[in-house]
Amino acid sequence: MLDFDAGKYAPYVWTAYGLTAAVFVLMVADTLARARRWRRKVRDRETDKTP
Amino acid sequence: MIAALANPERFMRFSRWAAPLFGVIAVALGAVGLWLDFIAPPDYQQHYTVHIMFIHVPAAWMSLFVYGCLAGASFIGLVFRHSLADAAARAAAPLGAGFTFLALVTGSLWGKPTWGTWWVWDARLTSVLVLFLFYLGYLALQAAIDDEQRAARACAILALVGAINLPIVHFSVTWWNTLHQGSSVFRKGGPTMPPVYLEPLLILSLAYMAAFGALWLVRIRGEVWRKRANALALRAAG
Amino acid sequence: MNGFTTLMRRELALSWGRGGGPLLALAFYLSIATLLPLAIGSEPGRLAAIAPGAAWIGLALASLLSLERLFERDYEDGALDLLALGPAPLELAAFAKCLAQWITTGAPLALLAPVAAIALGAAPSLAPVTFAAALIGGLGFSFCGGIGAALSLGARRGGVLIAVIVLPLFAPPVIFGGGAVAAYAAGLDWRTGLMLLGAYSLAMAALGPFAMAAACRNALS
Repeated sequence: MLDFDAGKYAPYVWTAYGLTAAVFVLMVADTLARARRWRRKVRDRETDKTP
Repeated sequence: MIAALANPERFMRFSRWAAPLFGVIAVALGAVGLWLDFIAPPDYQQHYTVHIMFIHVPAAWMSLFVYGCLAGASFIGLVFRHSLADAAARAAAPLGAGFTFLALVTGSLWGKPTWGTWWVWDARLTSVLVLFLFYLGYLALQAAIDDEQRAARACAILALVGAINLPIVHFSVTWWNTLHQGSSVFRKGGPTMPPVYLEPLLILSLAYMAAFGALWLVRIRGEVWRKRANALALRAAG
Repeated sequence: MNGFTTLMRRELALSWGRGGGPLLALAFYLSIATLLPLAIGSEPGRLAAIAPGAAWIGLALASLLSLERLFERDYEDGALDLLALGPAPLELAAFAKCLAQWITTGAPLALLAPVAAIALGAAPSLAPVTFAAALIGGLGFSFCGGIGAALSLGARRGGVLIAVIVLPLFAPPVIFGGGAVAAYAAGLDWRTGLMLLGAYSLAMAALGPFAMAAACRNALS
């Protein structure tokens, strides 16, 4: 049912899909890493201040 | 609704459940879209490369949509001096650049087997290229100014100037093309698209939008925490 | 009107005296015109084909040169603060600066443009259109460039940053002007191109100062 036979277009099509996947992974990873890093910093600095 | 979200506390509460929800929707729609994508038969003209269209068009659409969000957030930040709007603009820019990059690259990979060239200077592609240059300029300006508020304001002005400029660029290339070649129309899949192509295209477009929604919300959350962390550091030092 | 005349007189004096006036930009332009045949190879056919367009691009790049100091000197020595607080609106001062830059640098470059184009192999008949496009387009370049210069005030790596910001804004005048000259060469309608170029330059001259003033105020805050 699913047609994966790209024939001679394979390098173009799969490169396109590969790059799309890579950029998405990059965007998700960077976004989550940043958010986590700053959330952790807030927690650290807040707990630092409690007497 | 936007006014309701303007309060950072309320935004954080909203995005806490909204971001994961958008993420789940993105994955679900993405799966369905990809399924329909690879069920679709090869186009009589473009053969198997029609499958690139399903990830090129949503990327191009998103590059413009994100720019609209960036310009809107910039406008609100500039006029109402709202720091959350500034954060939203700052958060959107790298995502926009990512989608624009994908639009350009997938467009190139689609063009080579279909029309024989890696690049065409038609209005749409040239506008996307200029849009990519704009994103780079925006990110460069943001990085080059140390004071955050000043950087946000300068970038907001740039975003609004760019928003006026982009339709002009599109028009200028259209004009140039009509000058030389009559109207060159590069249509995707013919004048009307059959449903077997339209469905995966629309669903993947929605998936991309949901993904942007999730990523944008999380990035803005990151910005809010960053500002809070910096404020705490300043207070501790002072 | 008196305030504007004072502003213009100041800006003209500054931009004419600044580092040899237009000489630097002119020298840069000639260097580009010299390097191009070296890079492309001097077959007359190939060079002639791109000559008008190349002359046009060289003009855009040479205009970028003079932009960095447009606001920066006044920003550094405090004159920009005075201009912002003074009786004349900052928008008017920005307008005067860009207009003066066009008069002292843009216009001489426009005179050089047909010379460069012919030197690269363009037909001499193209000279008037090239000059017209360079003159009208130069106005647009000055005001677009002014926006970039104002936004980069107080930023690091000002020169390169201005170029990166400004290039998307240069795209329409480059396309309109280049298109007009190419249309003239091909015997097609060139007037539309020049009119569109003029419209763009005038729009930038009218709207640019508002963006510039906002950017200056931001930098001074």
